[in-house]
Amino acid sequence: MEGHSTYQPKSKVAQWFESRLPIVGLVHSSAIAYPVPKNLNYFWTFGAILSFMLVVQIVSGVVLAMHYVAYAPVSFARVEHIMRDVDYGWLIRYIHANGASMFFIAVYIHIFRGLYYGSYKAPREVLWILGVIIYLLMMATAFMGYVLPWGQMSFWGATVITNLFSAIPVVGEVIVQWLWGGYSVGDPTLNRFFALHYLLPFMIAGVVGLHIWALHHVGQNNPDGIDVKSVSKDTVPFTPYATLKDVFATCVFLLFFCWFIFYIPNYLGHSDNYIPANPMSTPAHIVPEWYFLPFYAILRSIPDKLGGVLAMFAAIAVLAFLPWLDTSKVRSARYRPMYRIFFWIFAVVAVGLGYLGSQPSEGIYVIVSRIFTVYYFVHFLIILPLLGFVEKPKPLPASIADAVLARHAKGGATVVAGAAAPETK
Amino acid sequence: MAHTETSQKASRRDFLYIATGAVGAVGVAGMVWPFISQLQPDASVLALSTTEVDISPIAEGQIVTVQWRGKPIFISHRTKKEIEEAQKADLASMRDPQPDADRVKPGKDEWLVVIGICTHLGCVPLGHQGAYDGWFCPCHGSVYDTSGRIRQGPAPLNLALPPYAFTSDTKIVIG
Repeated sequence: MEGHSTYQPKSKVAQWFESRLPIVGLVHSSAIAYPVPKNLNYFWTFGAILSFMLVVQIVSGVVLAMHYVAYAPVSFARVEHIMRDVDYGWLIRYIHANGASMFFIAVYIHIFRGLYYGSYKAPREVLWILGVIIYLLMMATAFMGYVLPWGQMSFWGATVITNLFSAIPVVGEVIVQWLWGGYSVGDPTLNRFFALHYLLPFMIAGVVGLHIWALHHVGQNNPDGIDVKSVSKDTVPFTPYATLKDVFATCVFLLFFCWFIFYIPNYLGHSDNYIPANPMSTPAHIVPEWYFLPFYAILRSIPDKLGGVLAMFAAIAVLAFLPWLDTSKVRSARYRPMYRIFFWIFAVVAVGLGYLGSQPSEGIYVIVSRIFTVYYFVHFLIILPLLGFVEKPKPLPASIADAVLARHAKGGATVVAGAAAPETK
Repeated sequence: MAHTETSQKASRRDFLYIATGAVGAVGVAGMVWPFISQLQPDASVLALSTTEVDISPIAEGQIVTVQWRGKPIFISHRTKKEIEEAQKADLASMRDPQPDADRVKPGKDEWLVVIGICTHLGCVPLGHQGAYDGWFCPCHGSVYDTSGRIRQGPAPLNLALPPYAFTSDTKIVIG
């Protein structure tokens, strides 16, 4: 998209450099002059928050790796060494451990914002799929990171998740042995998980680069889900408008983050992980980290090993097909009265699955889990494709500027005159 | 613009910019410090800061190497000849002049305790070698005498003395 201004190097040195590597111009066009729809709300700050969290996790993680040792007999003690002996080691570890949860809180808000405002629809399908890939990489990274302290939850979490692959017919057992580097989870598993846990965040950073590239190529979606028609009327420059809004939102998010780090650093963890890994004894109640719970509930709700594993992976994979499953041409739920209702039902079902995943797999919980699992897939595979044909969307505003002015007119009467005369294109 | 005069004076906006920037700078500095501080020797390293050595098994003329804070410490049980050479050496000819009496504990002339790291570039010198029969560094040829003082070669300073004390006639504590 054409921006608000273009970068013109003034000094001779800057001109010399720009003609050889136009990186300053790239930064200028994508972070300063880049046109941002006027009507973005605070849900659009989570992309910046997520970028920030990725940096936080990489910086704190690199520092932790300086003190950690991936060797099964000592890894548990090394984490305690970080907590007790290393200067501010407790702080850096709590930043990293809670940072993972904050990362997922932010990404879930980011995903649900995309679902609500139809950010996955044309021309943003590739952008959306890159997001699903990032989400998958995040899950793999978080899972392998949780194994590194080598506590009871680390060990048995690794055992359960790697055993998922044993459900694959014929080659399952062999694949699991390859993952383990042995006949059970052990030191070789820990070592390779550490290597991959260090690698994957940089792969995430690479895909984030593609994600932002795709975003800046097609332009941001917005709460009204309509295209930018006039850069001068519908958008504002990224700097200072979006930059400062992102910084402010990140600061508020940091307050929330700090509350966890300094007041309840172990709230999102599991006390059993402060018991060293014991391959001879499984904890009585084993649950994954909270951000995996909805998928864990789907896995457990299906009374068949292979079926459960397939359903769990399908629950994530279905997101990648969403741009084609949703047949409605209207993006934003603001103008889709029926979709808005189904969106909230889906949100309740997804959070409900998370709750069910944390409960023991017995009695009423099993039955409700099954109903919710079925609904999860019905939402994507039946409701969304049909809704596009059944639903009658509300009329869309003529432009982003019209939508903004109309909303202001409701609040104060002074700008009614401007809104009453929608420009003709 | 209704308030053109504000563009000349410091405005509320200027104040807010500076106040926000200041708070942000303090916050960033406060967050950067733990990440620098963690690079320091941690508590488990500091816990190893003293080493106790029983020197009774060290025979006259023998040099023993012990470890203190990860560094080699030479404990030399000097012979009469070595002590004499160290005490009579010509200070004026030395690069880093220091009388032998300043390099040993009073009344313990036979015990020389030095950090076994060449002051040139950190290699460990070899004992009972070189022109002065003290130490010789194999890396770049620095020669030390029986008091661990630099006599030849590129090293600028004498072998350093660790902090240590005799807790009894047969025990020293380094650090």
